[in-house]
Amino acid sequence: MPDNYDVAIIGGGVIGCSIARELSRFRLKTVLLEKNAEVGFGTSKTNSGIIHSGHDTPLSTLKGRLVVRGNALFDGLHEELGFGFRRIGELNVAQTEEELEGLKALKALGDEKGVPGIELWDQERLRREEPNLSRALLGALYCPSAGVINPYEFAFALIENAVANGVELRVDSPVLGLEPNAEGLAVRTPGGTLQARFVLNCAGVAADEVAAMVGCADFKILPRKGEEYMLDKRLKGLVRRLVFPLPTKTTKGILIIPTFDGTIMVGPTAQTIEDRGDFATTAQGADEVFGYIKRLCPAIDARDAITAFAGLRAVSDTNDFVIGPTKVKGFVNVAGTQSPGLTSSPAIAEHVLEILSLQGLELSRKARFNSRVAPPPRFAQLGHAEQDELANKDPLFAKVVCRCELVTEAEIHDAVDHGARTLDGIKFRSRAGMGRCQGGFCSSRCMEILSKRLAKPIYDITKRGGGSYIAVPIDLEAARGEPPLHPDARPRINAEEK
Amino acid sequence: MLGRIEGRYDVVVVGGGPAGLGAALGARDSGAERILVVDREPETGGILLQCIHSGFGLHHFKEELTGPEYAERFLERVVDHDIDVISGSYVSSVGIDSDGDKHVRILREGRGISTVESKSVVLAMGCRERTRGAVRIPGTRPSGVLTAGLAQKLVNMMGMLPGKRIAILGSGDIGLIMARRLTLEGCEVVGVFELMPYSNGLTRNVVQCLEDFGIPLHLSTTVAQIHGRDRLEKITVAPVGPGFVPDLSRAWEVECDTLLLSIGLVPENELSQSLGVELDVITRGPRVSSSMETSLPGIFACGNVLHVHDLVDFVTEEALKAGRFAGEYAQGIRRPKDNITLVPGNNVRYCVPHTLAPGREHTIYMRAKEPMKPCLIKVGDLMQRKLGFVVPAEMIMFKIKPDVLDRFHGDTLRIDILPYEKEGGR
Repeated sequence: MPDNYDVAIIGGGVIGCSIARELSRFRLKTVLLEKNAEVGFGTSKTNSGIIHSGHDTPLSTLKGRLVVRGNALFDGLHEELGFGFRRIGELNVAQTEEELEGLKALKALGDEKGVPGIELWDQERLRREEPNLSRALLGALYCPSAGVINPYEFAFALIENAVANGVELRVDSPVLGLEPNAEGLAVRTPGGTLQARFVLNCAGVAADEVAAMVGCADFKILPRKGEEYMLDKRLKGLVRRLVFPLPTKTTKGILIIPTFDGTIMVGPTAQTIEDRGDFATTAQGADEVFGYIKRLCPAIDARDAITAFAGLRAVSDTNDFVIGPTKVKGFVNVAGTQSPGLTSSPAIAEHVLEILSLQGLELSRKARFNSRVAPPPRFAQLGHAEQDELANKDPLFAKVVCRCELVTEAEIHDAVDHGARTLDGIKFRSRAGMGRCQGGFCSSRCMEILSKRLAKPIYDITKRGGGSYIAVPIDLEAARGEPPLHPDARPRINAEEK
Repeated sequence: MLGRIEGRYDVVVVGGGPAGLGAALGARDSGAERILVVDREPETGGILLQCIHSGFGLHHFKEELTGPEYAERFLERVVDHDIDVISGSYVSSVGIDSDGDKHVRILREGRGISTVESKSVVLAMGCRERTRGAVRIPGTRPSGVLTAGLAQKLVNMMGMLPGKRIAILGSGDIGLIMARRLTLEGCEVVGVFELMPYSNGLTRNVVQCLEDFGIPLHLSTTVAQIHGRDRLEKITVAPVGPGFVPDLSRAWEVECDTLLLSIGLVPENELSQSLGVELDVITRGPRVSSSMETSLPGIFACGNVLHVHDLVDFVTEEALKAGRFAGEYAQGIRRPKDNITLVPGNNVRYCVPHTLAPGREHTIYMRAKEPMKPCLIKVGDLMQRKLGFVVPAEMIMFKIKPDVLDRFHGDTLRIDILPYEKEGGR
């Protein structure tokens, strides 16, 4: 007898996690199946982290209708879930007289959609507000409601809150097969088969493959790769708002993104690819990004890059979100959620609940729903008095693990308490390993802590799950029989014991 | 282990590696009384503790020691000299008040946060390794790409291997040492790839760690692409053309599960920068006077935080000196300001210290920009020395005797490395 659920969500990106949290308000049995070791490790993690104002997406599309609502929901979500989010505003900059005219049309569209506070800036205003942008720019459209977010923190907080309210999370659980039956669908995973009345296909780049499992091959995902380049911290403050060129039909262009943490990121490229495992950054991508970005901000140079990554946008061949019921009863697509998918995610979750309700799912509110997640402690951001107080309460706050970002051991434990199972999970929750040395000093310590906390041998600790192991035992045979290496097993030099 | 730390010190040393321990001993030697070494690692001794190979101490002790042995000798002396050492402790900031007293804020494992006062401070935080981001290799981001120093820690301190089939980018000393170490542990080291036309490690390491084990060193070659989703699967390697651009028409692929990066070291000067210490753009360490004093009075620097060394023996020598001057400073001894600025000239990448004063003997540390042989080091018109060869990987050290500078009346003194033409040679 398989496990029975009201709803099974396939995919733990920001879309799946947003829906999971919304469902957790109701008396339902919900499971979220994630193929990776942690949620948010796919497109959500390799995202530009922009909450768009939504002024430029036409109302004729579903994404155009959901994006402004999604944007507006972020203040409340931020307040409840504590992920990094700030409305820094966005600028569409004009490089030609023609584009200057284009800004007016964009403003009209934005005003029609009810995007708040849009202003046209002339060259003088633009130079005053953003003095480091190119002197050649002629003007800009300013949308104050746009913001930046740490998208992985958003995914982590959503799932944590959903789980706290009763949702079951299964990681390392790719869906192997789906079989419609009288009660809904049987969902086959490596850990066993489960039964659900409704299955939500939030599988991102793999959504068409999942849909094909039930014969719903009526859309295709054409993954579009984006390469992003993170710049050195010393450029912090160079540009204060998101800077976009004028959008084209296929892309919002190559942007300057002052991330939530202040580091400046440039990108993304937009390249449609065949291979869904292609997460490679390329020399051409770097040339394209840094070649273009000089037109917006001449002070940014390729030599400022400290790290790079690539992500895949789940673009559907309809070029719009693919959200709705299918010919298979109980199987609902939530697919094609390319940009502005992150911004729209809270509105998508609302929309999906309406669909489920129309499809016959009873939504009866729980008497008790805890909407809050305690934000992680951020030692580095506190004043001396607050730091002293924390350290007095918990001595692990006086133990620095990551010196580049000043992350203490207490924060590493907190990350594990909140679901970190991998080095990347620790990094994206606590920032340990995100700094200049890129984990050169702290990753061995983080491995030791994970090993102890998860009661796993240290060589079973991975970077991001799957086959991403960090180290192998010198003597495999001997190591398998031994308990995990304890840090105290190191040779010690005890100078102080005279 | 020291149970508590008292409020006032003469000298606080930030860092418990060879530089910090040497500075503490130097300070004691000068007569300073209360000395504290603050070390961030759980075990004091710095990176020496993971350098279990031999080759340390040939200059300073005239014998060959392992890294931990070298560290232990200093630790014993430090303890014998009643110097306070706290490990697992992190200096989060140093403030300087209007009287010139330094307030050192220390986060101490298991014991909370405290602030101690000190008359002088020695910066000895060492350096860190450059990472993949610094060289921007295109490709995926799998596990198995790590710095050589982290691999050394995994093997020597934690009893694990970073992988089984190893490629190494960069021929820095740690990479060379790890090529040998991993070979001895049964790994297959498939090659070392160096962007420059010459090795960036000591000649003795090229011979003892690569040649003796038949590990190929590919010069003027780099890693052009990284492949593999979860774990490294292979790399694309290519010779470089003009401007160090990889020539992909001559590229080849190398299967490996591990890529070690040994592509340079960077002094860790975040604390120095937060203090406002002036840095040298070339060394990326503080600018220091002949007393090893930074641009801020009473703040001294030595070791790899000042400039990256290749031999610990030179770190010790420099640190003893910095410690002595820091100790003097704490006792109220003020020396006249240096009045001669050293200027790196032909084929000189940098020289340390940055300024000199007449009437004293000086030790100059410097590096060449590119290999040259034979050659002549010229210090203005004051002195010159013949050298068989210079290479960027090997630091050059020489002394300037007290009387030499007495003959000099300018305010800038240029140091050049020039090709040496044999007298009367044709």
